Amino acid sequence: MTRIALASTNGQTMTGAAPETAPMSIRGMTVSYGQKPVVFSVDATFPEGSMTAIIGPNGAGKSTLLKASLGILRPLSGIVSVFGRPLNSQRHRIAYVPQRASVDWDFPTTVLDVVLMGLSRELGLLRLVRPRHRARALDCLSRVGMAEFADRQIGQLSGGQQQRVFLARALAQGADLYLLDEPFAGVDAATEKAIIAVLKTLKAEGKTVVSVHHDLSTVTDYFDRVLILNTSKIAEGPVADAFTETNLQAAYGGRLATAQVAGIPVAG
Amino acid sequence: MLWQALTLQLGYNATLVAIGATLLGFAAGVTGTFLFLRRRSLVSDAISHATLPGVGLAFIVMVALGGDGRNLAGLLAGSAVTAALGLLAVQWLTRRTRLAEDSAIGAVLSVFFGFGVVLLTVIQTMESGRQAGLDSLLLGSTAGMLRSDALLIAAGGALTLILTLILRRPMIMVAFDEDYAAARGLNIRQVDLATMGLVMAVTVVGLKVVGLILIVALLIIPPVTARFWTDRTERVWLLSGLIGGASGFVGAAISASAPALPTGPIIVLTGFTVFALSLFLAPNRGVLAAVLRHIAFQRRVHLRQGLLALAHGQPIYERYTVRLLHRAGLSRPDGVATEAGRARAAKALLDEKRWEILRAMPDHEAAAALYDGMRPIETVVTRDQLAEIDTHLAAPQEVPA
Repeated sequence: MTRIALASTNGQTMTGAAPETAPMSIRGMTVSYGQKPVVFSVDATFPEGSMTAIIGPNGAGKSTLLKASLGILRPLSGIVSVFGRPLNSQRHRIAYVPQRASVDWDFPTTVLDVVLMGLSRELGLLRLVRPRHRARALDCLSRVGMAEFADRQIGQLSGGQQQRVFLARALAQGADLYLLDEPFAGVDAATEKAIIAVLKTLKAEGKTVVSVHHDLSTVTDYFDRVLILNTSKIAEGPVADAFTETNLQAAYGGRLATAQVAGIPVAG
Repeated sequence: MLWQALTLQLGYNATLVAIGATLLGFAAGVTGTFLFLRRRSLVSDAISHATLPGVGLAFIVMVALGGDGRNLAGLLAGSAVTAALGLLAVQWLTRRTRLAEDSAIGAVLSVFFGFGVVLLTVIQTMESGRQAGLDSLLLGSTAGMLRSDALLIAAGGALTLILTLILRRPMIMVAFDEDYAAARGLNIRQVDLATMGLVMAVTVVGLKVVGLILIVALLIIPPVTARFWTDRTERVWLLSGLIGGASGFVGAAISASAPALPTGPIIVLTGFTVFALSLFLAPNRGVLAAVLRHIAFQRRVHLRQGLLALAHGQPIYERYTVRLLHRAGLSRPDGVATEAGRARAAKALLDEKRWEILRAMPDHEAAAALYDGMRPIETVVTRDQLAEIDTHLAAPQEVPA
């Protein structure tokens, strides 16, 4: 039932999404480590106000696609445009939430200081951190339910709490496009709820959300579009059209356990 | 003598050296912090050893041009050139070849240093140019420090410090979360080069006072020491600077107070003393605090296990547990519970049963995840929730005597 409701809202968001001005559009992206492409010739468009899950088996190149589209990795080929313009001119409109494991959590910094990094564009090199900056950072922390932890050293947090701090840092940027790398990996249920609530609020505000996702059972509930990836693109589109057993079979092959397929619409 | 040195009453030269060493120590402490945060402290070793051929080449060039081969500004300029080459060589080897950074550092360090030693040997056979004393840049020497030398060191240290503070935000962002920094549009390679460049500047400035072999200590020891005392980036670099500056000042004063004490090594040993004290005594991260924390925790665990054993009427096998219970007045020396012991045991058992119920309740997953056998349940649930849990409790348990 939810599926039908989602499908109709998709219809609306899709009509306004011309690829030329979409929050992010990727053309012919190939990324390789050495001689082996991990992402091969992928085209993708993330329309405004949509929430897209990038799914695919382990090693399918999901995180790599995300990193390459942000210029963190240098792709072999491919063009990325952001709101119809070159990536570098639009970086201030993008917020990235990296994988939790990418960071040294013993780093001497507090929760609030991490969130303040989200304001680095405003603070520049020399401006002092003022009470209003702190207030904004605190506000972002309370949106993810972490305000009371502001003064903690980041290593003292649980995995889920660390993930929420990363999300708060992204919120502090006030961006229009949010790219998240496995935000739900290894987090507790309370964190998962808190994160998805924030993401849905962002979507309601017209922001665009793209997330690498690994839990197939929640795709339908959380997202309205999917990009199914296994080195090359298997499918892309509204959940109702693209999140089908045929496509998943094509991406996951034998690795797709029947348990995961439960609740997934069978291809028409 | 030492007191006079510490209060700058040992004359002009000693005062110059003390001020120079303080500024250098402060600049090295702050700059070294960013290298430490980036986990690349050892790169400074390659940089410092790569200064030596530059010193030799600068001397030869200056003599060939008919000048004074020992002009400090000229020597430092030369050392900066080869240090930069060494730095770029490490960067290039790490990025473009399969060599890991530690191997690249080892290779660059030894090759550059070896070349430098060859140059110094050649220079010693040269006729002209007052070559004596050039090798003092290896370990530093403040004996014949000129006013112009001190000013050069002060100005260089101050400039490096200012640049470091201007660049601190991008350097911290890259050190903490490289991917995020890149996504924000920072050029990681340029930020890293800037960090290393600043370290190189401090190294070059410090050649005269502490020498190229020991400058690494001034870059590494202060931040590592500061890290023991604080969890905040802004305080780490400030504290690191203060520790470095204090080591420089005190070390220079100590060495001035006796004729045969070399300045550089004494500065380094002073810094090391602060480090050793911090290592043992720092409140959270110090060794002593960790040991005490461990002992206290072990006692809590033993007491808790002992109480639960009493509650279940089981024998206690561990002597340590019985001793703890006895000392707390909870049991007799033979391990039989006292009145107070039985009450505490009953409470421990109740706690355990409540936890058991809580952990079986699907709605309280988050609270249940906090179970570790030790935490009192009242600290994770509200009073209402506790009452709800208690409705599931069977009749109160009798504790066997």
